[in-house]
Amino acid sequence: MNNTNLEKTAESRPVSGTTVKVVYKKSVSSAVLTTVTWAASVLAVAILVFLVGFILVQGVGNLTPGLFSLEYNSDNVSLIPALINTLEMTGLSLLIAVPIGVCAAIFLVEYANNSGKVVGIIRITAETLSGIPSIVYGLFGMLFFTTALHWGLSVLSGAFTMAIMILPLIMRTSEEALKSVPDSYREASFGLGAGKLRTIFKIVLPAAMPGVLSGIILATGRVVGETAALMYTAGTVAQYAGPMDAGRTLALHMYVLSSEGLHMKEAFATAVVLLVMVLLINAVSSFFAKKLTKGQ
Amino acid sequence: MKSKAKMKETAMKIVFLIAACVSVFAVALICVFLFANGIPAMKEIGFGDFLLGQTWKPGSEMYGILPFILGSIYVTAGAIILGVPIAILTSVFMAYYCPKKLYRPLKSGINLMAGVPSVVYGFFGLVLLVPLIKDTFVLRSGSTMLTASILLAIMILPTVVGVIEPALESVPKSYYEGALALGASHSKSVFFTIVPAAKSGIVAGVVLGIGRAVGETMAVIMVAGNNTWMPQGLLEGVRTMTSNIVLEMGYASGLHREALIATGVVLFVFILIINLCVSLLNRRRLHE
Repeated sequence: MNNTNLEKTAESRPVSGTTVKVVYKKSVSSAVLTTVTWAASVLAVAILVFLVGFILVQGVGNLTPGLFSLEYNSDNVSLIPALINTLEMTGLSLLIAVPIGVCAAIFLVEYANNSGKVVGIIRITAETLSGIPSIVYGLFGMLFFTTALHWGLSVLSGAFTMAIMILPLIMRTSEEALKSVPDSYREASFGLGAGKLRTIFKIVLPAAMPGVLSGIILATGRVVGETAALMYTAGTVAQYAGPMDAGRTLALHMYVLSSEGLHMKEAFATAVVLLVMVLLINAVSSFFAKKLTKGQ
Repeated sequence: MKSKAKMKETAMKIVFLIAACVSVFAVALICVFLFANGIPAMKEIGFGDFLLGQTWKPGSEMYGILPFILGSIYVTAGAIILGVPIAILTSVFMAYYCPKKLYRPLKSGINLMAGVPSVVYGFFGLVLLVPLIKDTFVLRSGSTMLTASILLAIMILPTVVGVIEPALESVPKSYYEGALALGASHSKSVFFTIVPAAKSGIVAGVVLGIGRAVGETMAVIMVAGNNTWMPQGLLEGVRTMTSNIVLEMGYASGLHREALIATGVVLFVFILIINLCVSLLNRRRLHE
């Protein structure tokens, strides 16, 4: 084992950043620690690359035209109806969650002083919501929207369930975005005679927009990838669904395909579509997040 | 005019307040609906028979969920044992070893992992891990507790790293410099001063990982085997609380359905306790 070499790589990014020159004794335990750290990280990355690569390599060849035909039947197991349902589901749940989440964030940042009891409760509940697993949301949605409100298995029940699920995410990202707007913006706006509302909507919110957008897009990714919360709220019907009809989203479509085990090739292809969609969505989200930090 | 503008300001303030209270309302509603539907079933079955019963046979009115509670605990423990060391080491790497050029791709790679839907992880486990485990250990079926643990270990990795890495980076530089000054090497300084100093952050990350693993549903269903009897061993199938709900809710009715909702209540209580731990740990960390 070449100790000096390993330690040199470790040295290439000194934490202090100053010009401290350190001379090491050759030490076996140091070398072992360095090796283990590198190995674990390489393993983590390898798993990721392998997972994505495996699904892409196995799936791309199975992307047949039949999979994208407009009508679903049990022969072509087309994913287009599920895709349309996914868009509908995402649109509806964002429509519900975004105004509430952004307004809540505005309240927390612009109106509430951080010490109040109300704010404490709001924060604790938002934290609680973000920790609840999706299957519990699914159960709640089934009991409340589907049964108690008599909406039945429908895209609307699913969308409301998803809206509650993504609410804490939108609240948190919007809050961070609003907080990152310098106070001088607000002061300048007040100084020019603008009221609080005008300041929020004309000055603060536009400045925080990239962060808010990044959160919204991240939430979109959540909805697109969700399965457990939708199974018993939106149902698993493989056809185009209006807001009050039952219909499966793409992720659910994929689950049904792979658990039936009859259409594994198609399941692979659907996995490719789903994975690429979600990865693109996340990439766009981090693009906007970067824009926010660069703007300062 | 002026009073009209003022009224608008006040009205909007109230609108913002109401929006902020939606999350409070949602949590209350979730609690009320779950408990109201789950507790009566538990009473009817008997709390002891429900929580500690070892047989789940809805056909003959036996609703013991101990196998699933244990299943959830075992699978989660396995995921933590496999996943946390890798997560801690990866975080240490990102914070203190990573060459600058590698940091960004690594960070976005880990973020990307967090974005992969659980059904895709489950599918990956189903087509790759399950046959692999089957062939390696020469089993009749590769859907085992071990398979589920491995898959969950992969799935919680980004979550845990996301908490531990910032915790490591927030340790004051003077700790590291002090250790160097005393003659420790880079590795020893990092592992014996910085890592212990970030202890509470690491614990918070692990607890958050536990929460994720306990709550994970679809991926576990696809690889865990799902048999209803008591967990028999690492290379046997298990069923978790989450899987039990999804697998049987589709056709359940009457007491069976309520027993499934009650399973959800038990799961919910588990998660609430874990969440409470996380926020207590975070609060303590902020005080430090």
